[in-house]
Amino acid sequence: MTLYFENARIIDPEAGTESIGNLILNAGVIAAIGAASPPKGAQVIDCGGKCLAPGIVDLGVKIGEPGERHRESFRSAGRAAAAGGVTTIIARPDTAPAIDTPEVLEFVTRRAAQSLVRIHHMAALTKGRQGREMVEIGFMLDAGALAFTDCDHVVSDTKVLGRALTYARGLGALVIGHPQDPGLSRGAAVTNGKFASLLGLPGVHPMAERLGLDRDIGMVEMTGVRYHSDQITCARSLPALARAKANGLDVTAGVSIHHLTLNELDVGDYRSFFKFTPPLRAEEDRVAVVEAVASGLIDIICSMHSPQDEESKRLPFEEAAAGAVALETFLPAAMRLYHAGAMDLPTLFRAMALNPAKRLGLPQGRMALGAPADLVLFDPDAPFMLDRWTLQSKSKNTPFDGQRMEGRVIATFVAGIQVFGPEGFADA
Amino acid sequence: MSFRARHLLGIQHLAPDEIRAILDLADKYVDLNRRSIKKSDALAGMTQINMFFEPSTRTQASFELAGKRLGADVMNMSVAQSSVKKGETLIDTALTLNAMHPDLLVVRHGASGAVNLLAEKVNCAVLNAGDGRHEHPTQALLDALTIRRAKGRIQRLTVAICGDVAHSRVARSNLILLGKMENRVRLVAPPTLMPAGVAEFGCEVFDDMREGLEGADVVMMLRLQKERMDGGFIPSEREYYHRYGLDAEKLSHAKPDAIVMHPGPMNRGVEIDGELADDINRSVIQEQVEMGVAVRMACMDLLARNLRAERGAKAAGVMV
Repeated sequence: MTLYFENARIIDPEAGTESIGNLILNAGVIAAIGAASPPKGAQVIDCGGKCLAPGIVDLGVKIGEPGERHRESFRSAGRAAAAGGVTTIIARPDTAPAIDTPEVLEFVTRRAAQSLVRIHHMAALTKGRQGREMVEIGFMLDAGALAFTDCDHVVSDTKVLGRALTYARGLGALVIGHPQDPGLSRGAAVTNGKFASLLGLPGVHPMAERLGLDRDIGMVEMTGVRYHSDQITCARSLPALARAKANGLDVTAGVSIHHLTLNELDVGDYRSFFKFTPPLRAEEDRVAVVEAVASGLIDIICSMHSPQDEESKRLPFEEAAAGAVALETFLPAAMRLYHAGAMDLPTLFRAMALNPAKRLGLPQGRMALGAPADLVLFDPDAPFMLDRWTLQSKSKNTPFDGQRMEGRVIATFVAGIQVFGPEGFADA
Repeated sequence: MSFRARHLLGIQHLAPDEIRAILDLADKYVDLNRRSIKKSDALAGMTQINMFFEPSTRTQASFELAGKRLGADVMNMSVAQSSVKKGETLIDTALTLNAMHPDLLVVRHGASGAVNLLAEKVNCAVLNAGDGRHEHPTQALLDALTIRRAKGRIQRLTVAICGDVAHSRVARSNLILLGKMENRVRLVAPPTLMPAGVAEFGCEVFDDMREGLEGADVVMMLRLQKERMDGGFIPSEREYYHRYGLDAEKLSHAKPDAIVMHPGPMNRGVEIDGELADDINRSVIQEQVEMGVAVRMACMDLLARNLRAERGAKAAGVMV
């Protein structure tokens, strides 16, 4: 099947350019860019000047399999991703049980085959994410794990962590940390400050993130492991990150789309859909982190998709579960940054597609000849009101419910096949 | 023949000609041990005390047999069960024993440096039968004898020492001995079981076993010392076996005539494939045990000669 896109605004995150042109997909790869006329037998798609970009590579998506399929399944996550322009999901291991043995990894890999988009898995760094014994990193790498992380569980025993990182370094494995001092952040629901005091909620000082990052960077310097910090959300963490990179450590960092587009005041009247780990930050922190993404200091934007059922959110704020579904709202939310003039589209897709793919050693995220034909066609200006009940995810916990958004996905292609479009989903 | 030392505390203190002297004499004792009457009077009238602060079967038996074949009066003290339990310090135990006038003291202790400490407090010759993760000199010597007899030389060989290097006194003593005798030594281990800075000892360091075995003449496996680990060095025994357990496939990267060694006791299916360990064409593990007795006889014989010479000189009023 050959697809010919004409009159597309082609976003190239690698070159940092956007230009109007044509593009051909054939045999699952990008076969030509800028060809003058469609090849014989090709299906012609008139893009009408809309944006064509590499599909989003989303590092750190929680899917409820195994254990919590009522919150999200591979099928529902795949549909949400397709509708949101996410063509590669990097799934988190904070499942029940955790993905901490090659057997569980093989199970989820088999299950994930029914999804509309590509799904890769990360594995836990320690057994049961309990921070006591490392997992079988070698077997899990052989079984396809792309990275090792205990997600929001911090390995507090540095002897255990040091050995796990040393072992991982020997195998060239990527380890993802959650920079958060476990003591300082214990029991916190929001970020320390005037707003937390006003609401009477337990807060965590942003220093908890800096301390966690400093410790992790120290451990990276000691062991030489390849390291990614899942979420950097505070201004005061940025100099430490910049120093680590300047010192030549193999360190990258990410941030969730929510920390780039929302701040602590959005919690408002104890709205639990705005509860996150780490919590939303002050506006100055949000602005600093947006600038860090624009400058490239923070490498990756992720959705941190975390489906929660109604019961776990319909609780007093302190007791409510943290996290939000985001596969489908990721791109519209990112367009807020574009419309606010914080960064252009190639810069956004560098952080949402190119950098995560590069960090994980995947060929995706590039608008280049021979690159996988994983693309998203979207209108960055299309306005709409978000109704959470229209979301494809089984869970509907989005902070953007009822909000005005700009930017909609028109169609999504994975390996040259249209998986989502105006006609619906390919697996319908 | 030149062997000058008072004690045998580690390979570190031996010169290449001393090592050769031990191996040459040990060769003679191998012949003696293969006769039906295995008796010599080299230690006649002398008292040998085996003091094992750590449990041991094979090393203690080997030392006991070596002493008996040389005609010594041998006593085994199970220190682990007695005076230590009552709270006696290492030095008090040593002084107590010293008062009984032994001639040879064979000591194993769980703490690195403990045997050296003890040697400073006694008047007899002390043999280190393994101290912590420091040295195990007679093991390295018996390995050298095994290699020399299998390969015809103990120079210019490529020897891969594989496995739990971090916790192994056998690895340290072998590394030093093989280096002194001008061999090429490679250490193969997961990075968590590789001691810091070993590359500066003049050996090559590998974490991929196949690369480490490439072209090796000798493959020396080490026991995974679970009792010395406080957990968490490796994810599981099955992953360890997959990556670092010696099997026929991994061994195929070494030279076709490479020999396989193991200091014992073996964890079959953890660091070595059971069938390979029993393969008489490749494995010299049983020979190592045989060489152990001969090497220990040679060491004790040489120490006793020095002891006699020293005492004779003292009696004659000569300054030494």
